Amino acid sequence: MTQHGRRQMSDKTIAHFFIWPTLILLIVMNIFPLFYSLYLSFNDYSVIANEPPQWVALDNYEKILTTERSRYWHNFTVTGRYAALSVGLQIVIGFGLAMLLREKFRGSGLITTLILIPMMLSPVVVGLFWKLIFDPSKGFFNYLIYLNPRGGDQWLSDATLGLWAIVIVDVWMWSPFVMLLCLSGLGAIPNYLYEAAAIDRASAWFQFRRITLPQVMPLLLIAVLFRTIEAFKAFDLVMGLTGGGPGDRTETVAVRLYSEAFLKTRTGESSALAYIVLIIIISISNLYIRALNRAREG
Amino acid sequence: MATIELQKVEKKFGDLHAVKPIDLTIHNGEFVVLLGPSGCGKTTTLRMISGLEAVTGGRILLNDRDVTWAHPSERDIAFVFQFFALYSHMTVRQNIAFPLQAQGESRETIRQRVAEVARLLEIEHVLDAKPGSLSGGDRQRVALARALVRRPAAFLMDEPLGALDAEFRETMRAEIKRLHIEQHATTVYVTHDQIEAMAMGDRIVVMSDAVVQQVGTPAQVYHDPANLFVARFIGSPGMNLLRGHYAGGAVHLRADVACQVPGDWVPALNGALGGEGDVILGFRPEAATVNSAGLPASVYATDLLGGYTMLHLEIGDHEIVHARAGRETHYPIGTPVRFALDPAMVRFFDPKTEKAIVREVTA
Repeated sequence: MTQHGRRQMSDKTIAHFFIWPTLILLIVMNIFPLFYSLYLSFNDYSVIANEPPQWVALDNYEKILTTERSRYWHNFTVTGRYAALSVGLQIVIGFGLAMLLREKFRGSGLITTLILIPMMLSPVVVGLFWKLIFDPSKGFFNYLIYLNPRGGDQWLSDATLGLWAIVIVDVWMWSPFVMLLCLSGLGAIPNYLYEAAAIDRASAWFQFRRITLPQVMPLLLIAVLFRTIEAFKAFDLVMGLTGGGPGDRTETVAVRLYSEAFLKTRTGESSALAYIVLIIIISISNLYIRALNRAREG
Repeated sequence: MATIELQKVEKKFGDLHAVKPIDLTIHNGEFVVLLGPSGCGKTTTLRMISGLEAVTGGRILLNDRDVTWAHPSERDIAFVFQFFALYSHMTVRQNIAFPLQAQGESRETIRQRVAEVARLLEIEHVLDAKPGSLSGGDRQRVALARALVRRPAAFLMDEPLGALDAEFRETMRAEIKRLHIEQHATTVYVTHDQIEAMAMGDRIVVMSDAVVQQVGTPAQVYHDPANLFVARFIGSPGMNLLRGHYAGGAVHLRADVACQVPGDWVPALNGALGGEGDVILGFRPEAATVNSAGLPASVYATDLLGGYTMLHLEIGDHEIVHARAGRETHYPIGTPVRFALDPAMVRFFDPKTEKAIVREVTA
């Protein structure tokens, strides 16, 4: 193209050059798979069967929600329990840490940075080294919590403690994220509100309940929203630590989805399961967003 | 009701004095205004009285009780902040009820007292609104209601009208004054607006550079300023201050004109200056009357300020004097005029100490 030709190119044409590559990438990588998997969820199809998808309408959904309900229900209960325990503890610990680090002191910046390190690590790496930490013979976790560590628990292979082990690691990794959000929320509360409350003879607990908590609530709800969505997607940490075991005791929906889709290659059924998870996440998010809006208005 | 006593109260930030030792007694039911430019230490003084700021030295007594190191909640005072300090997530009703709830009052008492102050401040119609949806004036009314509802011994107000539009400020000024008259509560009010201070205060504490410059009634600080700072700071424009040399019962001004010193001032000036010496002649604009026999000057500029005209007169070499004149006469720029001074309204200052020279006032 000559120089003269380049000058002829309108702003609109240039804009198209920028927009289309992104748009094509989005369509190919995101939008097409989204709709294709929706289509597959209504079909009996296996990606390795070398057979075309067979339309079965709502059969896959029916199977998940009725005939195989008990097993899938187990995955949802594990995920729900994991989400509730993990997010609950993260909120309490993250908020607590933020309250402790709220007042600036010598070294508080360094401490904050150090606390933030876990959330910067790769979940697979975290899973691997926590596996070592939990190991009853090599790891030091039992040494920390038991007087007689040799009689301590096999955390990752115990039916009850397995889920707790994942919760502990997730809390260790993501409480700093909640702390970060809470710190920014706490920092935004003007000091004169506390001065006014002190003059109004409000006790520290009354100030916390009536000023701190309501003022931080919008950010706290955002933290809950993010962490709940993440908990429902819990995969890498679970795979790294227990692989869903012992048995299926820690098999979250995402792990089940993985095994249905890629180990058993039930592509149609797993697509339906993915859509059910999507609907649940959207519903929960909607509830949170409503609560968030109420907190903001209130 | 309370008497507040400050004994040598001071505040230092590092080596810097925010407030140099101050002695002040605020009597029961009195409305005292702390007045001064930004950074003079007035707000710090108020915050020390409230307990929000710790003192570096001295004692604070509230009704003879030493509260120097008492927590703000133990002082039985209410504080009205410049930016209202309302709880944005609560309704107006909850904001007003907050101090009562913090004290564990019964629901019935709270309902009654909130209704009472809401009626007093005429904010009943906004009780269920959030502070964010209110006008500046209404927000400050809510802040006042929250202060009043607890029936504290004293009110401390930190530039409560500072964040309001000019139109609201006048109204709120009148409302606060009316409230004070009705409640007769001891009030300490901080402002940098001298008109506000003159209009509201029973007494004014003029501060500058961390030091109390003068404590007096509005009339005292206006007519008898203790020093050049107060003379310049109070009044709009401030007092006219002309440098001159005193000798033989007259002040010889730089403009080569002499001004006869009123008889009752001669002994004081003789005493203070040892017979003769440099002096500063001070007079308010309303003390200068344009006539045909006074000091010569020319019109430098004029401002028609509604009810009167402010003349800016040039005497000698670029020395400007402000004088009040009637609004009916027109003075073109450059017109030669003469003005006389009301002998009862002239004041004298020592240029070395910058303090006012005081005369013996015979009854």
